[in-house]
Amino acid sequence: MTPRAPWGLLVLAALFLVPAAGSRYYTFLANDVVIWALFATSLNLLVGYAGLVSFGHAAYFGIGAYTTGLLMKKLGVSFLVAFPAAGLVAGLFALVFGFFCVRLTKIYFAMLTLAFAQIVWAICFKWNEVTGGEQGMPEIPYPDFAWLERLAASWPILAGYRTSEHFYFLTVVLVGLCFWILRRIVGSPFGRILTTIRENPERAEFIGVNVRRYELAAFVLAGAFAGLAGGLFGIFNRGVFPDFAYWTKSSEVLIMTLLGGMGAFYGPALGALVLLWLNQQIMSYTQYWPLILGIILIALLFVFPAGLAGAASLIAGRLGRRRRAHA
Amino acid sequence: MLDVRDLRKSFAGFQAVGGVSFTVPAGSISAIIGPNGAGKTTLFNLITGHVKPDAGRVVFKKRDVTGIAPHDLCRLGMGRSFQRTNIFPRLTVYENIQAAYVSHRGRGRSLFARVDRLYREETLALLDAVGLLDKAGEVSGFLSHGNQKQLELGLALALEPEILLLDEPTAGMSAAETRESIRLIETIARERSLTLLFTEHDMEVVFSISQRIAVLHQGRVIADGTPDEVRRDPEVRRVYLGAAP
Repeated sequence: MTPRAPWGLLVLAALFLVPAAGSRYYTFLANDVVIWALFATSLNLLVGYAGLVSFGHAAYFGIGAYTTGLLMKKLGVSFLVAFPAAGLVAGLFALVFGFFCVRLTKIYFAMLTLAFAQIVWAICFKWNEVTGGEQGMPEIPYPDFAWLERLAASWPILAGYRTSEHFYFLTVVLVGLCFWILRRIVGSPFGRILTTIRENPERAEFIGVNVRRYELAAFVLAGAFAGLAGGLFGIFNRGVFPDFAYWTKSSEVLIMTLLGGMGAFYGPALGALVLLWLNQQIMSYTQYWPLILGIILIALLFVFPAGLAGAASLIAGRLGRRRRAHA
Repeated sequence: MLDVRDLRKSFAGFQAVGGVSFTVPAGSISAIIGPNGAGKTTLFNLITGHVKPDAGRVVFKKRDVTGIAPHDLCRLGMGRSFQRTNIFPRLTVYENIQAAYVSHRGRGRSLFARVDRLYREETLALLDAVGLLDKAGEVSGFLSHGNQKQLELGLALALEPEILLLDEPTAGMSAAETRESIRLIETIARERSLTLLFTEHDMEVVFSISQRIAVLHQGRVIADGTPDEVRRDPEVRRVYLGAAP
């Protein structure tokens, strides 16, 4: 067997080169993709590994965004504290909501996640004093990058970037770290037990798995990572708004996960890339993006039910076989 | 080892199990037989905690375990296999058994260890014992029916049970497969000094390996004894064995 290419590191390296090689626009797009990739991958812990379809995952994204936003803007807390707080608070909410959700199965589970998400949205929308209500919370400050500029004084390679690009680098590092942790989780004994629940919850009980407790643990982890993604997104977006927690956000992230392929760890990230890029491309030609999106989805469900990642591994498998047949 | 006292269960007015009592001594091989719809599977589900009984008790190792959750029962040493094949279809054969070890030995909570090589020795040894070593890397959902039944047995054994409840272990098998898997079950039970309780519809199988047989008919035990006693019982002959046992 040939050693596998270190794809993760290659992608990371490529991401670091985007601001130097591409335009501001591409850095913006890449930043968007990186954050959504984390959001979608956190959802995949539920959908792809534990077999739980959540229609309300945006709740935790929104909670994370508001947590970081409130701490940094209103209380002047440092990003170093405000960022992990997003994961922590979102995880706590996921613990409370999840406690009820995992008592239900299938469509009832999905509907209850949606119900909780809509409650979160409604609170964000109406609680003017804290969340800014409908107007949201604009002008979330960037983290303090003075240290980076001091570093750039002695390392010229780091010099000459704008604050938004500094934030992009920070995002890449933090999301990379989260991906590494998530990767470890799905490859752990815990991850294996989650797949048994996805495959057959009844049988999982009878190899001694406390199904509900594992589902809740997965729900909390997924919520926490969604919260981290939300925390980053609020800063990237220069503001936090109630629609972060709205059901359309939940469906967008679910579509990314399905489009990319929930069977593969990097599938949802691929889905985020393709969907956001297509969105940008098509939006410049037509305003009928939802129509195009619908057609893409229908085609996908019939042609590549395993998503883009599934299709890619299928094609790679066929090519490999053909190569072996010729050899 | 296992003591069932006056178990009852009705579903929407239909009495599936109506006051069943029997005892399974440690180290024995016992069978529950009965025509289709006699309540065998329901009885199993009552014992293993999948369904809560309306009345009655299940006592396992001198402990009242009536209605406790399957995953807790599992830890106490009760393993079961299912009538409809019940495995983790998109995992490989190896992953199926390994997951059972991970769960049973309480390693499922470790979030950052690597799972790949965990309990490798045990998993391979067990796959060898149930005759699936050469299929370790295959996706279990694509195995033949007989192989899937072997895998199910493996899943139950990975939990190192003291008693094993097998719900129609040879359902849907050919005559040759049936003989083979019964021999396998018998060997494994003897080697691991397991207590066995199984349901079966194949008469030949039942009378060849069991020491005690209970006959279930319309949710009640109509006979309980050694194979010879059951074979001679006039009531059993009437309702179940027909004229030619």
